[in-house]
Amino acid sequence: MAETKIKPYTMNFGPQHPAAHGVLRLVLELDGEVVERADPHIGLLHRGTEKLIEYKTYLQAVPYFDRLDYVSPMCQEHAYALAVERLLGLEVPERGQYIRVLFSEITRILNHILNLTTYALDVGAITPSLWGFEERELLMEFYERVSGARLHAAYFRPGGVHQDMPAGLAEDIWEHTESFHKFVDDIEGLLTENRIFKQRTVDIGIVSAEEAMAWGFTGPMLRASNVAWDLRKAQPYDVYHRMDFDVPVGLTGDCYARYLLRVEEMRQSNRIIRQCLEQMPKDGPIKVNDRKIAPPPRGEMKQSMEALIHHFKLYTEGYHVPEGETYAAVEAPKGEFGVYLVADGTNRPYRCRIRAPGFAHLQGLDFMSRGHMLADAVAIIGSMDIVFGEIDR
Amino acid sequence: MDSLQGMIDAYPWIGDYLLPTLLLLVQIVLIVVILLLSVAYTTYAERKVMAAMQLRQGPIAVGPFGLLQPIADGLKLLGKETIIPAGANRVVFVIAPMVTFLLSLVAWAVIPFGDGMVLADINVGILYLFAISSLGVYGIIMAGWASNSKYAFLGALRSAAQMVSYEVSIGFVMITVLLCAGSLNLSTIVESQSGGFWKWYFLPLLPMFVIFFISTLAETNRAPFDLPEGESELVGGYNVEYSAMTFALFFLGEYANMILMSGMTTILFLGGWLPPVDVVPFTWVPGPVWFAAKIALCLFVFVWVRATVPRYRYDQLMRLGWKVFLPFSIFWVIATAGYLVAFDLLP
Repeated sequence: MAETKIKPYTMNFGPQHPAAHGVLRLVLELDGEVVERADPHIGLLHRGTEKLIEYKTYLQAVPYFDRLDYVSPMCQEHAYALAVERLLGLEVPERGQYIRVLFSEITRILNHILNLTTYALDVGAITPSLWGFEERELLMEFYERVSGARLHAAYFRPGGVHQDMPAGLAEDIWEHTESFHKFVDDIEGLLTENRIFKQRTVDIGIVSAEEAMAWGFTGPMLRASNVAWDLRKAQPYDVYHRMDFDVPVGLTGDCYARYLLRVEEMRQSNRIIRQCLEQMPKDGPIKVNDRKIAPPPRGEMKQSMEALIHHFKLYTEGYHVPEGETYAAVEAPKGEFGVYLVADGTNRPYRCRIRAPGFAHLQGLDFMSRGHMLADAVAIIGSMDIVFGEIDR
Repeated sequence: MDSLQGMIDAYPWIGDYLLPTLLLLVQIVLIVVILLLSVAYTTYAERKVMAAMQLRQGPIAVGPFGLLQPIADGLKLLGKETIIPAGANRVVFVIAPMVTFLLSLVAWAVIPFGDGMVLADINVGILYLFAISSLGVYGIIMAGWASNSKYAFLGALRSAAQMVSYEVSIGFVMITVLLCAGSLNLSTIVESQSGGFWKWYFLPLLPMFVIFFISTLAETNRAPFDLPEGESELVGGYNVEYSAMTFALFFLGEYANMILMSGMTTILFLGGWLPPVDVVPFTWVPGPVWFAAKIALCLFVFVWVRATVPRYRYDQLMRLGWKVFLPFSIFWVIATAGYLVAFDLLP
């Protein structure tokens, strides 16, 4: 008798699927409910960011970075700003550096809250996400107060930050950091020791340290597999070298380890924020005092013809960056976010290549979810913390 | 008046058949109307309670405190167009929600709301209930199959497997209650618990009460067993393809089933319409009020659970049903029976 070949049950998961975290299209081959192959299709959110940046001045490219991973905008501006500063050979004033680190860490908390709570939502717990959004709202208010925007801040600029923090903001952030651990405890109370949550995440989507490195994982995805690699410690930028914080690692590399790791990272971020506020110089410039790079203060423009000309030149032609290339990477909440910048001496980048951590992580979906059930694939996607803005770029 | 009496005398079938039928119809309509209203306000209560647990407000816009929200939702669904997918089996697709809805209504025929307040006081009431709730799976299977959609199909399969598994342990739980009560009639079961809340079966049969309650969560496809409609995996499960009134019927059926299961919990374990203690202020309150209050308490726990816990995975749910609940409930049936026989306590 001829052997009968059984065709696997193919399911199209997304791009309109509620657990697809944006526009992930996943072609799943199922044997019953067991995933035999997970084939992610990307590109549904491709906007050609890298190419667009080649046609913009260096300053105009900043907002594009907000729109990559729209859950952690400032960290990405940070990478770009660092790259441009390296090409220009700029040193950002101390207060500016502290503000950047401060807001990078607020961004990390914003990102992790969103990830953890939507992850919980993916495994069926609704309440954490609503609590989390309440908390995110408070943090976004800090974003708004410092930059005027809740999401697409465009606040970190090459040479520093756009404006100084408004009066009273530092005190309010400090107050918030004092009560923040209560929020983390609440979320943990719902999830960490919850039997069902543990059943759904422990031993699901295990990644070994070798696999994680071979697939180019970074950030929490790598650290959960017991590799203590954090760019903030390994290659400190801005004032991270003055910060005292721990780099948590997970031992098992499963979804639960990634959850615990992110929870701990939020607590560590809170620590860094407090240190920033303590150490930050109370006064001083927040961007380089170079009128060819950073615009003059508004008051000066009313008085000085030269300042007006500088302003006009900066916002029309922009500044010219000397020929050269550089790679600047930051520890974004999702992993190593890098910007490879080639300058040809004009006012526009010759090439801007963006390394998005989520892109590397998504590649691992197939081997991580193979042999697990459909519901586990959802949990794995949740634990990977992918956002399509940065994957498709 | 005389003429009416004269008519009844002249045509005996009026008194023998017509009037009882009319009376029955009035009772049925009354039960259905009250039930549908309670379903509507169960959804409202669920949204409000969940909102309170999740630091939000819930419905506030329609009517005072959003009290008209369920009515508005119902009207909206009525006004929508019923879409039948191109590849669907049209007849089965439309019948499926009707089956679910009807089954959730007919079960109420045997539920005693108070002392003697029952539509059909049959002596195998509990078997009837069991049969009706087992049939409930047909509506879901039919919906999943007729939709001709992969998500709906998987959802229906899950749901069928789940309901069948948990019915087994529900059956054993019922047997223990029957052993204690000595009757299959629901009113008798309630009366056997009279005397105060310490006589209610939830105390002596506490483990079975817990199993029963968890099984009812599974039976009604509620969190943490809401896999059939697990929206993060299957989007909406068996009812993905449904819209407008066909969807509304599923929705009404699901919530009516929730109330029914709470009613069963109340009757079997919480003393039905009986007051918690037989002293004056409590005995003044009419039975149906106690019955409704206990149902409301059960429903509150339904909602509470939903707001708190994540969702089981399919295989974990099966394991819990077959490898934990089933052996345990069998053991408890034997233990209860042995105890009752040994101490000669059989009713």
